[in-house]
Amino acid sequence: MALFTLENISVAYNKQNILQDFNLEIEEGKFVSLLGPSGCGKTTTLRLIAGFLESNNGKFLYKGKDYTKVPVNKRNFGFVFQNYALFPHLTIFDNVAFGLRLRKASKSEIEKRVASVLEIVNLRGFEKRYPKELSGGQRQRVAIARALVIEPDLLLFDEPLSNLDANLRENMRIEIRRIQQELGITTVYVSHDQEECFAISDQVAIMNKGIIEQLSDPATIYNYPKTKFVADFIGFKNFIEFENRTIHENEIELSKSGFTFIVQKNQANTESDRKIGAIRPDNLVIRPFQELVNPGGNELPGKVKIRTFLGRSYQYIIETPIGDFTVNQEMLVPYQVGDEIILEFPANKMVLVK
Amino acid sequence: MKQKNRGLAVFTFLVFVFLLGPLLIISVTSFEGGSVLKFPIETFSFKWYENIFKVNMFLTSFKTSIIVSLAGNLLALILGIPAAYALSRFDFKGKSVLNAVFISPILIPGIVLGFTFLRYIVTTYHFPIYTGLFIGHTIIMLPFVIRVISSSLSTFDFSIEEAAHSLGASKIGTFFQVVLPNIKSGIIAAVMIAFLESFNNVDISVFMTGPGVSTFPIQMLTYVETYFDPTIAAISVMLMIITAFFMFIVERLMGLSYFTKR
Repeated sequence: MALFTLENISVAYNKQNILQDFNLEIEEGKFVSLLGPSGCGKTTTLRLIAGFLESNNGKFLYKGKDYTKVPVNKRNFGFVFQNYALFPHLTIFDNVAFGLRLRKASKSEIEKRVASVLEIVNLRGFEKRYPKELSGGQRQRVAIARALVIEPDLLLFDEPLSNLDANLRENMRIEIRRIQQELGITTVYVSHDQEECFAISDQVAIMNKGIIEQLSDPATIYNYPKTKFVADFIGFKNFIEFENRTIHENEIELSKSGFTFIVQKNQANTESDRKIGAIRPDNLVIRPFQELVNPGGNELPGKVKIRTFLGRSYQYIIETPIGDFTVNQEMLVPYQVGDEIILEFPANKMVLVK
Repeated sequence: MKQKNRGLAVFTFLVFVFLLGPLLIISVTSFEGGSVLKFPIETFSFKWYENIFKVNMFLTSFKTSIIVSLAGNLLALILGIPAAYALSRFDFKGKSVLNAVFISPILIPGIVLGFTFLRYIVTTYHFPIYTGLFIGHTIIMLPFVIRVISSSLSTFDFSIEEAAHSLGASKIGTFFQVVLPNIKSGIIAAVMIAFLESFNNVDISVFMTGPGVSTFPIQMLTYVETYFDPTIAAISVMLMIITAFFMFIVERLMGLSYFTKR
């Protein structure tokens, strides 16, 4: 059974729907990320779970109980903010102890629990300092400690790493994952950084315009996106809208403007509305021009239109009879603009989306 | 180029003389030993400083001014802090109108305000003189309190409030435990600026004072009408020192940028 459920939630701002009939279930102990471009409703969803926002419609259930009207301060959820939101007038110790004091914990218990949570985030010895004396990474660890010390039923992160520089971000996300695993706290994490979400989550929900396009484990999303939006978001730059589709025993045959393509069959791509082929720039192959080796499929004649240097590889824009394609390819002697080439679509690398 | 800079330096110097010259002259004349204000002084003495404390009406009116300013200040804070908070924290219809209303006592000429107070507080509703002064001074202090505290709240990050809230603090508890401590310096600055505004006020007080009750600046006016000895110069010097001290504290707390932002 799900730990908490969002049921048909609607949120509107200035008569504009941010979320409409939104549904989400999260199981106990899971680390779930909400991922999407800005304006997709991910932060709204998180703030709604926290209780900072009220929904116009729908229900929020926690352990089967209706939490829709429970105010923020009665929810016992930990929230970690993008800008840390530490109390500037309090020391690190008092920042972390804030929630415990409100819970009327005894002095000795406060000392014990603050010490142990500062141990977890590797900040022992910083008790007497003030937030402004700490670096960005340290402040965010204080913020995490402050949220953890109240033993929250749910831990919520709102883009916690986006103010940190790249190296620190990678260390911190490993840290967050470690802490979450150690304590087994159900966590909802919002980010617009795909790599970050994939690295630390059990499940990722890709959001677009107030709905969840796909909710799966990171590998499934990465390899088998369901929709064109998801595919595009995670780097499938090339799309072919097929006209005909035939399902065979082991493969699916598709065609567009007389060109035939074969895609390997899997449990997902046989769904009847999946007619858009998607492939990553890294997975397309450019060969020097010759006769089409396999006139039966997965090859297109093309011409190099634009070439850019990416460092590890070259990126080409290839012009073909059914549109332009983006290809990344390593090559010691690169193709030149204007070269006639063959573009190959490996059957096991193309996925079908809707 | 160099020529131009020298011209600018001379000009700046003249502006300073213009601004500070009178203050300097007053300071010097306050040490005059004779009984008539004159510059330069002929003999040196502290006797007019001693005289301030011997004249009874100065002592009583000083007390009145302090009481009115402090009490009005307290009420202005009680009204002004929530108002400044609401104006900074929330977006609502008519916010800009409300902002303008709160600032209006600064913009309306003091003499108009004073006359209005006389008309209503004194003639129509017959409030006692003390109460009238208290109400009038609260009203002139309120905009300063709201302005200074708003500017202090403008740098306050309201997600801090949400953080406290999510850790279990109630809305009111959050205000007292998190918001107030973080705008403490703004509140102290507001108290000092409002105090100076009220303590030095003449144009409102002149309408509100009456038989037996007078504020310090009004008493100074009365004194000058009858006596021409350097006591007033001595008082002026002391007021300058107090004001400079207050402004020094405000500068330390908030920076004087508050005055240039207006």
